Amino acid sequence: MNASTDRESRNSTAGPKMTISGASKRYDTRSGTVHALDRVSLEVRDGEFLCILGPSGCGKSTLLWSMAGLHGLSSGEIRLGPSKIEAPHPEIAMIFQEANLLPWRNLESNIALPFELKRTKPDRARISRLLQRVGLAGFESKYPRELSGGMQQRASIVRGLAVDPSVLLMDEPFGALDAFTRDEMNLLIQEIWMETGKTIIFITHSIAEALFLADRIVVMSARPGRIQEIVEVDLPRPRPISVQSTPEFIARVNDIKDMIDHRKV
Amino acid sequence: MDTQLRDQIPTFGAKQGADISLSGGLSSLSSGSNRTAFETLVIILVAVVIIGGAELLIALFEVPQYILPRPSLIAAALVSEWKFIWPHLLVTLYELLVGFTIGASIGFLLAAVITQFPFVEKIVTPYILLLVTTPMLALVPLLILRFGFGSEPRIIAVALASGPMVMINSATGFRRVDLAKIALARSFGASTLQIFTKIRIPMAMPMIIVGLMVGSIFGLLTTVGAEMVGGAEGLGNRLNYYSSMIRMPQFFAVITLLATIGISIYVFFFWVGKRWGSWDA
Ligand SMILES: Nc1ncnc2c1ncn2[C@@H]1O[C@H](COP(=O)(O)OP(=O)(O)O)[C@@H](O)[C@H]1O
Ligand SMILES: [Mg+2]
Repeated sequence: MNASTDRESRNSTAGPKMTISGASKRYDTRSGTVHALDRVSLEVRDGEFLCILGPSGCGKSTLLWSMAGLHGLSSGEIRLGPSKIEAPHPEIAMIFQEANLLPWRNLESNIALPFELKRTKPDRARISRLLQRVGLAGFESKYPRELSGGMQQRASIVRGLAVDPSVLLMDEPFGALDAFTRDEMNLLIQEIWMETGKTIIFITHSIAEALFLADRIVVMSARPGRIQEIVEVDLPRPRPISVQSTPEFIARVNDIKDMIDHRKV
Repeated sequence: MDTQLRDQIPTFGAKQGADISLSGGLSSLSSGSNRTAFETLVIILVAVVIIGGAELLIALFEVPQYILPRPSLIAAALVSEWKFIWPHLLVTLYELLVGFTIGASIGFLLAAVITQFPFVEKIVTPYILLLVTTPMLALVPLLILRFGFGSEPRIIAVALASGPMVMINSATGFRRVDLAKIALARSFGASTLQIFTKIRIPMAMPMIIVGLMVGSIFGLLTTVGAEMVGGAEGLGNRLNYYSSMIRMPQFFAVITLLATIGISIYVFFFWVGKRWGSWDA
């Protein structure tokens, strides 16, 4: 497959992939109301790698869950192309932190779950190609507890991609992994994104991870959860892990850090 | 149930996982599950030594037969009385199976439904505990007055004894909700029923199997007890009969059968647990 032409043709179809307009969400709890999202508006471009960056508790997960149709907003709306997101959408797949595999199913049957739920036949050819791609071929009969954290997360990426969604939502997917595995996974997800041209929305609280992966970084601030800044990242691709130790990269990390620190004062 | 879920973003932290994976469950039952051939041999040897030793000691000290018959006599009685005993064995198994099936089904369904409604659960739980702790045998004379001397009162007693056991353990299992797993299923468009069958039930399975095991053993105790309280059939009735006739070898032959049933139940659910309920052990 030719990735670049694929993505160019997609970009030329104009119109944003997803549109978030005036999204607000409040949680009413016993101790009062939490304003988790406050009038967040954002356009996600087709085929882009978008990172949402912010401190813990700034509403990143709340926003992503709304985009996944897993919960509603207090006000505002989210659209995928022309259609309003009010329930989980087949075009959107979610990748969770800590892989979230079902421990009573082996790898093959974990990956078959989305098909079972949609009452369709698993796309065997596609699944085995994906497993091959992420280096899990031959592990189909293994149970999650027999796999390392990195392998589990790769399996969950296969599960998400198996149903061929056009949007991938990832909520701090590599947050629980050690630094080495995390680098590996970041490289892998960049490659997969370049090969498939999916639109990826990726949550992280690591500035370096966001800079390494993103076309654009949405920086959020907390209480209430708002978009503080949107940063374009024009580093050439594919980006090697070593790009993270270049002075230019480090300078950009510091710029974003300053931006966040300023806001705190 | 969905409305409750919709606004809860799980923290996905390690702590939550720890809360969820209640140890206990089947892991406590599976100790010594990986027996080697040697260990199996030793277990058999010990049995041989115990039975042979009993045979020898009883003969040596001339223990009267009406106190404790020799194992060989018990075995002989089991063979010679088999044609009289086995119809009663069938009655006992029938009552146990029917009573347990009814009780376990109701217990399971109640657990599944009730755990979805925390308020209802809080109200109902003390009553279920009351049922668990009250010996259902005490009800048998009453049930006999109402239903006569057939199988019905015993089946009802068995259902009442095993159902709450299944219910209380299953409920513990169903309470182990993992919001992240439910969210995962929903993100792929799962219906409420699918979430129940593909996530909640497998999640609760280790505890459900524990409940079934304990419930069926309770059921066996209640079946035999109820047969001893009243009725003309069943192994419990045979215990009364043989002891009143002071036919101790036959009495112990029935005891041996009961022990065999109990062990079989245990082994069966142990195997079921290993196959379907040991993912968290
Ligand atoms: N179900 C909930 N009930 C009440 N408050 C919640 C709930 N979920 C999240 N919050 C609160 O909303 C805010 C944003 O949460 P979240 O979206 O999880 O942030 P992040 O993912 O950026 O760490 C936090 O203050 C959090 O405590
Ligand atoms: Mg979060």
